[in-house]
Amino acid sequence: MPSTRKTADVAGSDTVLDIQGLTVRFETADGEVQAVSDLSLTVAKGECLGIVGESGSGKSQTFMATLGLLADNGRATGKVMFGDADLLTANEATLNSIRGNRAAMVFQDHMTSLTPHMKVGRQLTEVLQRHRGLDAKAALDAVIAMLRRVQIPEPERRAEMYPHELSGGLRQRVMIAMGLLCHPELLIADEPTTALDVTVQALILDLIRDVKDSDNTAVILITHDLGVVAGLADRVAVMYAGRVVELGDVNQIFSEPQHPYTQGLLACSPRLDDALGGKLKTIPGQPPNLQRLPPGCAFAPRCPYVIAACAERPPLRPAAGGGLKACVRDDLASITKAAS
Amino acid sequence: MTAPLLQAPLLQVRDLKVHFPVKTGGLLIGRYQPLHAVDGVSFDLAPGETLGIVGESGCGKSTLGRAVLQLLPATSGAVIWLGQEMTGLSAKEIKAARENMQIVFQDPLASLDPRMTAGDIIAEPLRNYHPELSRAETARRVAELMEQVGLLPGMINRYPHEFSGGQCQRIGIARAMILKPKLVICDEPVSALDVSVRAQVINLLKDLQKAFGLAMLFISHDLAVVRHISDRVLVLYLGKVMELAPRDLLYQAPRHPYTRALMSAVPIPDPALERAKPRIILTGDLPSPLNPPSGCVFRTRCPKATDICAQVEPVRESPAPGHDVWCHHSRD
Ligand SMILES: Nc1ncnc2c1ncn2[C@@H]1O[C@H](COP(=O)(O)OP(=O)(O)OP(=O)(O)O)[C@@H](O)[C@H]1O
Ligand code: SF4
Ligand code: SF4
Ligand SMILES: [Mg+2]
Repeated sequence: MPSTRKTADVAGSDTVLDIQGLTVRFETADGEVQAVSDLSLTVAKGECLGIVGESGSGKSQTFMATLGLLADNGRATGKVMFGDADLLTANEATLNSIRGNRAAMVFQDHMTSLTPHMKVGRQLTEVLQRHRGLDAKAALDAVIAMLRRVQIPEPERRAEMYPHELSGGLRQRVMIAMGLLCHPELLIADEPTTALDVTVQALILDLIRDVKDSDNTAVILITHDLGVVAGLADRVAVMYAGRVVELGDVNQIFSEPQHPYTQGLLACSPRLDDALGGKLKTIPGQPPNLQRLPPGCAFAPRCPYVIAACAERPPLRPAAGGGLKACVRDDLASITKAAS
Repeated sequence: MTAPLLQAPLLQVRDLKVHFPVKTGGLLIGRYQPLHAVDGVSFDLAPGETLGIVGESGCGKSTLGRAVLQLLPATSGAVIWLGQEMTGLSAKEIKAARENMQIVFQDPLASLDPRMTAGDIIAEPLRNYHPELSRAETARRVAELMEQVGLLPGMINRYPHEFSGGQCQRIGIARAMILKPKLVICDEPVSALDVSVRAQVINLLKDLQKAFGLAMLFISHDLAVVRHISDRVLVLYLGKVMELAPRDLLYQAPRHPYTRALMSAVPIPDPALERAKPRIILTGDLPSPLNPPSGCVFRTRCPKATDICAQVEPVRESPAPGHDVWCHHSRD
């Protein structure tokens, strides 16, 4: 797989999505919330880009903005190139022809994304009839085939059911089937397994891996679960307070994380194979209030390595290991070595 | 603590069943069918011990916790607290016993009364059980506990919505600890929290456990978290115990096919290991607890199932002291 892929983020001929300088702001009763700040990312054909970060770090809103799905009080600036179209300035007709067709999004909350009072099969055939102009019979055949592909047992019978009659795992597979119906170039999966049990999660992740490998679909996988990213992503973007603070090849991110926040996240995640006894490592404090972001590094109040220079905002720049990081310090490797 | 039952148990649960009547079929001719939420669970808990309870959603974990606290009526079986059977106690006697049994819920914000300040929320059980304490003494104990759970004194007059998820969970924990209970039931206490905050709360629970000599039932679907906090672990599936073992035995040498499948499905945050590790794929979905499979309830998804599994319910086997497993083929 794309082991030769560049880590640094420059658009190339196989780029599917190219986000440049995206900023997302929300107007709220008690002031403006800057949910995403000056964010740039690309994703290429057949690649899985993992997006990790804690609640509120802007993972979802980055891609809601990308597909023109922001809430009414939200505004996005920057550029989001999908093929020749800038999705931020595209009109609603263009967006409608792209969404659910060439670019699909699968959400965590499958109940709200399926229409409750319509049979599952009907909801799926409509997508094909709308985007691909298939007749009812051809659409139904394609839908049954896709339900089978996402390993839904007895697809003909399931197609006749309403969403609430399916288990959470089956509903999530229906959502993925819906996303894949038109063979999209881009699949954005926002916490696709968070609400599911681990044994069901494994099936869904296998499915996403298969789509990426055999259909060459570009996949953006948003999750707070580092284990999920480790199993599936080729590259990983770590977000904190609306910014990418580290971006790199999946192996580099996990074996030689360069940003103190990435290091902290990895250290404090309990795993099935870590040493017991003693305490879990923690990151002190909590994520910042997006209404009052500090002018410098947003991680500074929680960072063990903070210095005076951190009061100025660190740009995302090349780091050891071939990735990018937004941290002013380059001497952390020697400090952490000395400490251990 | 690998052989905890040398001491007299704090809590004994014997063949506990909780069945909910669920209406099935049409509105008029519908009938009630029992949903087997907890179906014959037994275990002991020693003072100061932590028993992890794991299993997938709907397997009965929370129902079990609530039935132990008598927040839900059991259909049959016994909950024995300090040698005394709780089923059949009067409301007054149950209230008295509950001074020593507290619960921490999953959703930090939703489990706190939005109209009460942090200080009042934490003080409430104390006012309830010890109205004789002076205001000053109550305030002193609240302040002391707030410090122990890592809340600043200045936060005492704030309302729940003014706190982060992790802070709300600390308030919930402080409220559960204020009576210095002998047992705390933690129902998914860190599932709603972010990774960085989750580790803080787990450490806090471990600290408090040591400081107060607390016993805990730690209910969670997260096997890695349970491993860090439990002395022993009980694996539930469709309301039944599949395996019960000391922590290290369960994680290093699980015997039940379901436990093995669960372990193999937990993603490891290490790309090389995660991609290379063998996985046991479970096909099919969780069967409905309204209509559990005959014989072994796991058989519809079990890769090792044979004919006998559909016919005979497995009985307990003990491959090692304190290690119990319910499977016909646990020795293969
Ligand atoms: N309509 C809105 N109005 C105001 N603020 C909003 C709105 N939608 C999102 N936000 C804020 O934007 C920030 C980023 O939210 P986002 O949903 O992208 O986070 P996330 O990283 O996906 O978190 P999670 O892991 O919880 O899903 C949050 O602080 C959120 O509260
Ligand atoms: S810029 Fe400074 S505060 Fe921010 S992560 Fe780097 S060392 Fe820490
Ligand atoms: S008894 Fe049979 S079906 Fe049940 S877990 Fe054991 S092998 Fe599987
Ligand atoms: Mg999100």
